Amino acid sequence: MEALTSLIGGFGVLADPMNIVYMFVGISLGVLIGVLPGLGGANGVAILLPLTFSMSPVSAIIMLSSIYWGALFGGAITSILFNIPGEPWSVATTFDGHPMAQKGKAGEALTGAFTGSFIGAFFAVLLITFLAPVIAKFALQFGPAEFFAVYLLTFCSFVGMGKEPPAKVIAAMMLGFALAAVGIDTVTGQLRMTFGSVELLRGFDFLVAVIGLFGVGEILLTMEEGLAFKGKSASINPRVVLHTWAQIPKYWAGLLRSAIVGCWMGVTPGGATPASFMSYGLAKKFSKNGRNFGKGELEGVIMPETAAHAAGTSALLPMLTLGIPGSPTAAVLLGGLLIWGLQPGPLLFVEQKDFVWGLIASIYLGNIAGLIVVLTTVPIFAAILRIPFSVIAPIILVICAVGAYTVHNAGLDIAVMLIFGVIGYLFKKLQYPLAPLVLALVLGDMAESSFRQAMLVSQGHLSIFWSNPLVGSIVTLALVMLVWPLVSKVMARLNGGKEAAAAE
Amino acid sequence: MHSAIAKIVRRGAAALAVTTALAPAVMPSWAHAAWEPTKTVEFIVPAGTGGGADQMARMIQGIVQKNNLMSQPLVVINKSGGAGAEGFLDVKGSNRNPHKIIISLSNLFTTPLATGVPFSWKDMTPVSMLALDEFVLWVNAKAPYDDVKGFLAALKAASGDQTFKMGGTGSKQEDQIITAAIEQKTGAKFIYVPYKGGGDVAAQLVGGHVTASVNNPIEAVSQWRAGELKPLCVFDYQRLPYKEPIANGKSWADIPTCKESGLDIEYLMLRGILMPPNASKDQVDYFVELFKKVRATPEWQEFMQKGAFNTTALSGPEYSAWLTKAEATHKDLMEKAGFVAK
Repeated sequence: MEALTSLIGGFGVLADPMNIVYMFVGISLGVLIGVLPGLGGANGVAILLPLTFSMSPVSAIIMLSSIYWGALFGGAITSILFNIPGEPWSVATTFDGHPMAQKGKAGEALTGAFTGSFIGAFFAVLLITFLAPVIAKFALQFGPAEFFAVYLLTFCSFVGMGKEPPAKVIAAMMLGFALAAVGIDTVTGQLRMTFGSVELLRGFDFLVAVIGLFGVGEILLTMEEGLAFKGKSASINPRVVLHTWAQIPKYWAGLLRSAIVGCWMGVTPGGATPASFMSYGLAKKFSKNGRNFGKGELEGVIMPETAAHAAGTSALLPMLTLGIPGSPTAAVLLGGLLIWGLQPGPLLFVEQKDFVWGLIASIYLGNIAGLIVVLTTVPIFAAILRIPFSVIAPIILVICAVGAYTVHNAGLDIAVMLIFGVIGYLFKKLQYPLAPLVLALVLGDMAESSFRQAMLVSQGHLSIFWSNPLVGSIVTLALVMLVWPLVSKVMARLNGGKEAAAAE
Repeated sequence: MHSAIAKIVRRGAAALAVTTALAPAVMPSWAHAAWEPTKTVEFIVPAGTGGGADQMARMIQGIVQKNNLMSQPLVVINKSGGAGAEGFLDVKGSNRNPHKIIISLSNLFTTPLATGVPFSWKDMTPVSMLALDEFVLWVNAKAPYDDVKGFLAALKAASGDQTFKMGGTGSKQEDQIITAAIEQKTGAKFIYVPYKGGGDVAAQLVGGHVTASVNNPIEAVSQWRAGELKPLCVFDYQRLPYKEPIANGKSWADIPTCKESGLDIEYLMLRGILMPPNASKDQVDYFVELFKKVRATPEWQEFMQKGAFNTTALSGPEYSAWLTKAEATHKDLMEKAGFVAK
């Protein structure tokens, strides 16, 4: 009950009309940042951070966290419309979101994505409100072995359920791992695969690769298939929103699962990107419509968005209570806290009640405001699809190029993006899956360093992955997920050839 | 407490008036010919967003903007590739470009040695040192020892599974150099576990996944206040001056130096500014003056105190002399530890 009283106090802090103005400004900016690929939430918040020095810390965090909410919402927009993920955690949204847009269901997909985001965030903020101290302690149990276990679980829950031949999945994934290894090796401090080139020092940024693989690759494909958007005939009106909402309650089990996955990944802190992939993989496995995933299934849009937003929101918890940022944006906000003269850590909740509860209250209001802002713009965004392709394609390409450049302020990244575009095109033509490549590129680095940290700690004994119940159960679960398709195939075969044939 | 800070921040404007009033007196007589930036100045951070150097750069950007210290905008750009090599090479390659400055951390010395990427401070023009960052030896509050003596005894006694694990930021950078220096002084062995950031390291130490860390004060202070970590000694040549109590009535000033505790190691990290090669004297002087003004603001002093920095600031020949000495020290430490790329 103490939490409730504090929360009401927090809403009191928000009563200052200027804070509400900052919130709407932040959300609108955030949506814009989320829409522009490359200019991610972390960059956006970092750029605007110095502007907030003259504000009170409460107003500053409200505005900056609103940018973060806006970016979380906005990342879905370009994923669905153009197959260009605006943010890393929206990659999984493209898998079904873009096919839906091609079928003329852009409005449904956008509504589903936004609503899923909102549900995820709401679940996470309830968790923050009532269970913050308990959950904060949980995050401390995560050492290198536990982190690796989480990444392994992400890989395993995603692999082993694709329609593509396993050899192709593995080939794509290995390419992703190889690309992720370019640049400095954090464990030994040595340069790897840079071949003496200065430009390769920074490695291959995941965002640049994704903009190329998805965005540019998609444009190349569309050009080949005749210069037109397939979603052109979409009928768009506000009733789409209500119609989509009517479908959502029946996915309650999946929503709950995604929200839990998201919160868990945000707190531990695995982050929003693995959360969205893991949630998509689980939904594909457990949903009745799992076979249709990838062809434009509403569920395939809602689930990763719910998990991503739940993770993004709950990532603030370890930041506030322990000073560990759960996401790159949280890392920048953390820097902001220090600059405003606040010390994140276990005492923040005690010493800075106004600040903490003002922030938590702003998560509630910010997400409601965000949902209103993005939903009212659904028809506008969906209408973009009616612009002739020959007009919009060059604009998209320019936005992609600007985005790729912004990630590291590097001109060469534009060329890298174009090369990835060709790779993306070839992958689609040869029917290689892009997702494992992207997943390996995003998480390969982190998975590798936590594995090697664990090996350093254990002096090379793999037994560290079963050294306590927490890590042991995650690793075992991951391995079960990996071999599950094999097991189910064998079981099906034992049950007679008829079911096996049906499963093909 | 935040309202008090807001008040201090607001008072900044008044303090600025004083600073600007003093500025003409400080400026030398040739000031009429003084150079000023004619376009946006890029402020390169050779590290990622959210880290110590990035925080300081954005703090400076905010102070400059708020107090109108520059006629042109100052824009922070992160170039973190190759442990900062990307940023330093950019500045090295921008010959005579006065619209670019870079904030340095120890990777100015460690990255070329560890990776073999060719750059040194001599390839750039030194502007001024802003401060030095401290390193403190931290252990979990539950550790059975309270001082360096007890720590070293336990370190030497440990072996096998019990071998002490030192968590640190990055590989073959300042944290690992200090670890290697402790090993060289004592003959004991650590397992060094590299993490991505200082916040991660502090959390891993609280969670008991590593035995010790050499976190900067600002990275671990909140865990100290919460009673999760305890400081054993500071790697400076003198005790810190900050006497305000932090935890259990103890202040930064109460932490003994490692040297007086029997662990004769000194290490401080540079937070300084450099600019591209062949900058003219006028151009360097402009930035030296600018940073003098920045350091005089109450916001900066508040920041120094929060992070328990060593506020030594140098420019001109003293700064170059410091850089020469620091480069030699790093070379010596890293060669002894076997960290130099072949």
